[in-house]
Amino acid sequence: MNIVVCVKQVPNTNEVKLDPKTGTLIREGVPSIMNPDDKAGLEAALELKDNTGAHITVVSMGPPQADAVLREAMAMGADDAYLVTDRAFCGADTLATSTTIAAALKKIGKTMKIDLIITGRQAIDGDTAQVGPQIAEHLGIPNVSYAQDIKVDGDTVTVKRQFEDRYHVVKAKMPCLVTALGDMNKPRYMTPGGIFDAYRENEVKQITRKDLDVEDTQIGLKGSPTRVAQSFPKQLKGKGTIVTPDGADAAADYIVARLEEKFII
Amino acid sequence: MSFEDYKGIFVFVQQVDNKVNNVSFELLGKAKELAKDMETEVTAVLLGSKVSNLCDELAKWGADKILVVDDPRLEPYTTEPYAYCMNYIIKNYKPAVVLYGATAIGRDLAPRVSARVKTGLTADCTKLAVDSETKGLRMTRPAFGGNIMATILCPDHRPQMATVRPGVMKKAEPQAGRKVPVETVNVKLTDAQKTVSVVDIVKNITNKVDIQSAKILVAGGRGMKKPENFKMLRELADVLGGEVAASRAAVDAGWVEKDIQVGQTGKTVRPKLYIACGISGAIQHLAGMEESDLIIAINKDAYAPIFEVADYGIVGDALKIVPELTAKLKEAVAAKEAV
Repeated sequence: MNIVVCVKQVPNTNEVKLDPKTGTLIREGVPSIMNPDDKAGLEAALELKDNTGAHITVVSMGPPQADAVLREAMAMGADDAYLVTDRAFCGADTLATSTTIAAALKKIGKTMKIDLIITGRQAIDGDTAQVGPQIAEHLGIPNVSYAQDIKVDGDTVTVKRQFEDRYHVVKAKMPCLVTALGDMNKPRYMTPGGIFDAYRENEVKQITRKDLDVEDTQIGLKGSPTRVAQSFPKQLKGKGTIVTPDGADAAADYIVARLEEKFII
Repeated sequence: MSFEDYKGIFVFVQQVDNKVNNVSFELLGKAKELAKDMETEVTAVLLGSKVSNLCDELAKWGADKILVVDDPRLEPYTTEPYAYCMNYIIKNYKPAVVLYGATAIGRDLAPRVSARVKTGLTADCTKLAVDSETKGLRMTRPAFGGNIMATILCPDHRPQMATVRPGVMKKAEPQAGRKVPVETVNVKLTDAQKTVSVVDIVKNITNKVDIQSAKILVAGGRGMKKPENFKMLRELADVLGGEVAASRAAVDAGWVEKDIQVGQTGKTVRPKLYIACGISGAIQHLAGMEESDLIIAINKDAYAPIFEVADYGIVGDALKIVPELTAKLKEAVAAKEAV
């Protein structure tokens, strides 16, 4: 079985801070990581490989430095890696991104039959959850989103598909695309031998504009129906009254008085 | 494509088990406001099996017209039959705007539809407005983990599509007894659209509370120190008739369940009263609660960012203050009842 896992390199948004004076993002020193949902998807693929045997290809679209997440994926146990990179892909929104990745997967699909595609549900920098289902649409295959568990039996994939108040057990014939939830598993660490191979032995293959069968009007900024009109730091509603009462008793009195004022009690 | 052909605001109505999700009513409310600015109408798109009984409710919450597709293949929800219907409706009715709730269904369906229709889709919007000049939709959403806001346009493609976070938009004033035109759309679904099969449905059996509908929330964070201390928050919430919520730190520490998490990766809430106890107030948390009517924050650190959004900030130890507060509130409530 051949599994493709799509991974994205993202800034660790948990460590992003705002400059208190200017209200702008401080980007310096923010580490880049493999997107958590994608990493869970990779772990799910690695578990399928452990249990039933599978060949795992990781694919990432991004700038040349996204090479790092592909090497990390190989050090965790992926067999093959492709970096989809070209200046022509810059400025892509989710539609142009998914078109580009789908075209790259079609190209990879010429050398091997792809049975299962796993993506993360969403990336922590954009939080859109759009690219996975959109890739499936471009490829004309079914997708199952929000996977809490992925099992394969013959040519069928069985997914525990999470909703807010329930889950569905969904069966789909492969080829199929599944988007993984970050909390579905605990991704393994890279192995020392894996790290050695990932950096010394294995290569990250590149896919660029000329490899893809797409029109210029479908990719990059030109292929993006959406435009960012404006971006601005989040405006907070503004400070109220801050007090430092003398002890818990006084603090509780203060709060009770405020709640009475506002007719909450 | 001629833009003038695309008219009206369509709201995808999410129903599960013949019950309309609250976010759909919120969207109808918002769509009504937008429709006024665009000088157009609000159409509710209702998909499901034996769902026509829900039409009165949709009219009550602001739909001017209802399109219904009734087909057994639409139960339970799977992506393709729904995407097929939405694509059919968009191609045939040409809406200018299509809105979906940013739920586990909406966030699966809308991207699939956007790629089929080849139009833009803005995810998880928290604000929608009409551009006064172009009459286009201005869709504002948090990005970068809630650190920045971005306003997105879809200038050259129709329809303009967005998913909208539950709990953010306000419902319109209900108009009971309102009757609006209902049209059944014959989409001609076939089994070819059944690309996946649902073999089991497992509902959460716990009686989990919905923090999004609570009027009062008492929320705890890392400063609560250990899971046992959430008991005191429960007691405070009980006195006030509220519910307990938590920050991501408390959820990640395994102290409480994820379904009560407030924030960018949790839920957006706007209760009448939000008491934040031992929550420092990471921007991701603030994004989920700053619209609350009244915010009271208790935190040891006078420089905690939670104080930036609090109406009343109390610098002090929540672990000591909360039990005191609960006791005093009990007294105050008892005194009032005695009168």
